[in-house]
Amino acid sequence: MLNDWSNLTFYPLGDSAIVLHFGDEIAPTIQQQISACAAYLDQNEFAGMREYVPGYTTLTVFYNAWLTSKSGTHDPYDQALQHLQTMLLRIKVDTAPNSKLWKVPVLYGEEFGPDLNFVASHNYLSPEEVISIHTAADYLIYMIGFAPGFPYLGGMSEKIAVPRKTTPRSAVPAGSVGIAGNQTGIYPIPTPGGWQIIGRTPLSLFNPHRDPPVFMRAGDVVRFVPISPAEFADQQALAI
Amino acid sequence: MSLQIISAGLLTTIQDTGRNGHQKEGIIVSGAMDALALRIGNLLVGNPENAAALEITLLGPQIYFAAEHIICLTGADLSPEINNNRVKMWRPIRIPKGSLLQFGKPALGCRTYLSISGSFAINPVLGSYATYLRAGLGGLNGIPLQAGDIIPCPGTNATANNLVRAFNPEDNPNSFISASWTITSQLYPKYELKPIIRVMKGPEYNWFKESSQANFWHYAYRVSPQSDRMGYRLDGTLLFLKEKSELLSGAVTFGTVQVPTQGNPIILMADHQTTGGYPGIAQVITADFSTLAQVAPGQNIFFKEASLSEAQELLFRQEQRIAQLKSAINFKLKN
Repeated sequence: MLNDWSNLTFYPLGDSAIVLHFGDEIAPTIQQQISACAAYLDQNEFAGMREYVPGYTTLTVFYNAWLTSKSGTHDPYDQALQHLQTMLLRIKVDTAPNSKLWKVPVLYGEEFGPDLNFVASHNYLSPEEVISIHTAADYLIYMIGFAPGFPYLGGMSEKIAVPRKTTPRSAVPAGSVGIAGNQTGIYPIPTPGGWQIIGRTPLSLFNPHRDPPVFMRAGDVVRFVPISPAEFADQQALAI
Repeated sequence: MSLQIISAGLLTTIQDTGRNGHQKEGIIVSGAMDALALRIGNLLVGNPENAAALEITLLGPQIYFAAEHIICLTGADLSPEINNNRVKMWRPIRIPKGSLLQFGKPALGCRTYLSISGSFAINPVLGSYATYLRAGLGGLNGIPLQAGDIIPCPGTNATANNLVRAFNPEDNPNSFISASWTITSQLYPKYELKPIIRVMKGPEYNWFKESSQANFWHYAYRVSPQSDRMGYRLDGTLLFLKEKSELLSGAVTFGTVQVPTQGNPIILMADHQTTGGYPGIAQVITADFSTLAQVAPGQNIFFKEASLSEAQELLFRQEQRIAQLKSAINFKLKN
């Protein structure tokens, strides 16, 4: 299953990128295949390769077509394709290659989670039950996108699903933890947003002056851990 | 040495060829909208082609030069003047100290690049000087230039000095001097009023109704006033899917033409998000990025299909001309 590439297709995204398309379902097995390919490319760049971007079921590899073509003497798409086909022969997908578990402390409710009560009443639960369901699951990071360090998380319980706000907030503070539909996520930078905000983490998901600027990667796992206001203040003081 | 911003203009930002390698972290590439113009400008003042320069949009700033500098203006013709004298573009210009550079009416195109020999003495963020407006980083304090800003500059490099001297045997330090020599007009695209933008079919092209596919190729699309560095919103014939389908989010790039549910296409530009979930009907070819970047809000564009091999061939031609420019500069400096 994990090493079955029969569903994989390749196609160009313009003249400077190639897409590996692994299927049409959001699935942990597909995510593991994508992470395994990404790990291979970290160690084995081809000439002119710029970077790769994981999606839910795709891995897009960008290249400088002029460099990949060796100054116009080769077809750059073919060069990239050959490298990626060789990759498939060489890699073996493990269940969880280099996957890290990130425990994300969250202060739920009150002014940091103004929509916690709405999420509770919408689902006929108490706020405590929402917190306990939200912290019980391990969430797989499928991809990082939308904003610097914003993780697309899979695996939230339908019991706490809730529609987006009808009018988005003009500014959601950095660190806010929200729910939209059956997705949950964390806002790394202040941004307008329509998610229902249930809490806030003192962790800094994105810091351009830190190396690495974003510590979470596609394939890692997030677990939310409830903390008290005092713990929030302590951890905020330590956060970089 | 420094540039003093007297007035900022509509949107003047520090840009380079982008912040590469961080898209998997959700960090956008950003950088110049017309990267070709920026690269040429840098080469003409002896800078590395990816050096930081100013991107000036439609209504230009007023900039005071307290010391002598060598600059080059490329991209759109926004009627630049130095000390009230019209100056030529696409060539190195020596500006004497105490000069004022300002701009008039936009004559052709939308974005001018001001490259300065030696570039700027500012700190890169994540390997790039590009201003990333939404995250508030890069450039000068992560925001557009403001009146009163002072951009420190290390000063003119030897290459630019030699270049100006090579073209102007009778060098007069008291007035501005533009080189009599310029680059071949084949090197930069002709910015047109109704440009034809060449695109490859996008990954989801076949998801669209046949009537929508036909309309996309046939009719003009108008770049709406709600367009910015993130993307051009297009007004025109609406485009619809054959059936309602959800696309799972994945990577998008400069020039991706995506279509949200209401049917108006959007072309993603330099500040595009790293991932998106709208079906992509087309992808602009790299060789036409420059033309596209110079389209102003309110202008019409047409789309024309290109194959992958045509797109590659046009990209090669553009890069070959850049390579020729580099050797021409080296040749001029040696003789």
